[in-house]
Amino acid sequence: MIAEHLPVLQVVLPLVAAPLIVLLRRDTAAWLVATAASVACLAIAVALALAVARGGVISYAIGSWPPPWGIEYRVDALSAFMLVLVAGIGALVMPYARASVAAEVPGRQVYLFYAMYCLCLAGLLGIVVTGDLFNIFVFLEISSLSTYVLIALGRQRRALLAAFQYLIVGTIGATFYVIGIGLLYLVTGSLNIVDVAARLQIATELRPLLAALAFITVGLGLKLALFPLHQWLPNAYAYAPSVVTTFLAATATKVSVYVLIRFYFLVFGHAFALDGLPLRPLLVGLSAAAIVTMSLVALFQPDLKRMLAYSSVAQIGYITLGLGLANAAGLTGAIAHLANHGITKCALFLLAGGIALSCGSTSIASLRGLAHRMPWTAFGFVVAGLSLIGVPGTAGFTSKWFLVEGALEDGQVWVVVLVVASSLLAVAYVWRVVEAMYLAEPDAPAQTPTRAPLLMRAPTALAVALTVVLGLVTAYNVGYARRAVELLLEGIS
Amino acid sequence: MSAFGGHYSYFVTVLLMVAGLYVTIARGNLVKKLIGLSIFQTSVYLLYIAPGKLIGATAPIVAKGYASYSNPLPHVLILTAIVVGVATIALGLALVVRIREGYGTIEEDQILEQDRAPDEPAK
Repeated sequence: MIAEHLPVLQVVLPLVAAPLIVLLRRDTAAWLVATAASVACLAIAVALALAVARGGVISYAIGSWPPPWGIEYRVDALSAFMLVLVAGIGALVMPYARASVAAEVPGRQVYLFYAMYCLCLAGLLGIVVTGDLFNIFVFLEISSLSTYVLIALGRQRRALLAAFQYLIVGTIGATFYVIGIGLLYLVTGSLNIVDVAARLQIATELRPLLAALAFITVGLGLKLALFPLHQWLPNAYAYAPSVVTTFLAATATKVSVYVLIRFYFLVFGHAFALDGLPLRPLLVGLSAAAIVTMSLVALFQPDLKRMLAYSSVAQIGYITLGLGLANAAGLTGAIAHLANHGITKCALFLLAGGIALSCGSTSIASLRGLAHRMPWTAFGFVVAGLSLIGVPGTAGFTSKWFLVEGALEDGQVWVVVLVVASSLLAVAYVWRVVEAMYLAEPDAPAQTPTRAPLLMRAPTALAVALTVVLGLVTAYNVGYARRAVELLLEGIS
Repeated sequence: MSAFGGHYSYFVTVLLMVAGLYVTIARGNLVKKLIGLSIFQTSVYLLYIAPGKLIGATAPIVAKGYASYSNPLPHVLILTAIVVGVATIALGLALVVRIREGYGTIEEDQILEQDRAPDEPAK
């Protein structure tokens, strides 16, 4: 009975949890409700993924209005993969949030933090699960508006400006997206993804479609921080509370990439989308620029969170690179990297949050000699850093392997050189931190840091362990990515 | 009808769109940025609403004597978009108020200048 309503419950649960938290007003109760909602979402996501693996695509008609008239929720191999990623990260950061948020967010705003987090989770899951183009916009704005608030909750006043700048850029991005959808609607008269795709097959007027494609690409490019549309990201990540940075870095940009993938392969069809406009060379070129320049910029950042933020823009470059290659191996790499980088960055930002709590600062200068005071944190950073670099045996390696394979298949040897060279840059910026932690002498006489509570240490350890496990056991990330790619390349034919 | 006369609503839409976007990017005053953003969003409402209207058609209520109806779906979509737009502007203005409290100004260049100063008081 309940099983058939799982796709909608996924979104409704956190959506209902948010006002409930506002009514409760108690910090502990708010945290409990948010955690319960996150864990329930993960359980539902896993159940849906298993059901999709067994029985194929699940279609759910909201309010029993059959698609294409009503809004359809649609879970296929790709969206099930994303659901598990988003809900998994959500369930991972919530136990961690208790102590971290209490330390970083002003006391009377703590319960509002959890309400906003629930809205953000509902929005992100909604984007993934919906099969309606306009519904994607609504969920995009639900997640974005709550994200702006979450960023503004940061301790420094710079967080306010970062949130405002993100609000301007994010709204321009979302509005571009709506313009694109509007043009698509004018041509096809439908908003259901499957229906639009079918009607586009027989569309004769191609010019508005190219305009729609361009608007949607730029709009989502702003949201996913595609170089050079990434300027909002470093400030937003650097000044937001640690939990927010972790959650956003691992999910928000990834979900926008997912929407872009769906547009290219399931709405427009890759033949039209990638060859109608010169998107293939554009995506590969911009991704290459992102990977090199942002890795270089990361190398010179004085603050750990900021460095990781720039590294995120570079890593998003790897994902869009696979999208631009658009062959089976490249796409598998891109989709696997969504999860692999999500987990890796989640682990790194969780560690950074732990450091912020214990030492009160995340500047790299303050990390000097940290390995003596917090040996496990330093060790975790080394392991997750190796995954960021892409050392064999870690999650980061598997996706880069497929990207290299995809580039070779495409005959673009320079891309292979670039991926290897940029990995060396990653070695350099990770090494800076490791050197400060292990080899440098502390400036001040070492005072014993306050020990982070178990609820923070356990999720961090789990995230670090996952970066290794996903590198050794590739059945889940690469296996699911493969299945999703089969679905994409089969497309709408 | 000429290309211009038959499609003049599109020209208005594009004009508003470009004007709004320009104000958002070019102005340094945070409130003016939000005004530009609002104009930009409003242009999209027009982009949706105008094609839904058929000349000589009525509201989509089935009644004797009326055969052609306007398309109600764009109106419904834009009602949603308006709500989103209002929420965005409200949140943006709230942030501007907080920024004014933190920095004492809402001019972007002055704020950035203050941020360049190395030590900053906690909020």
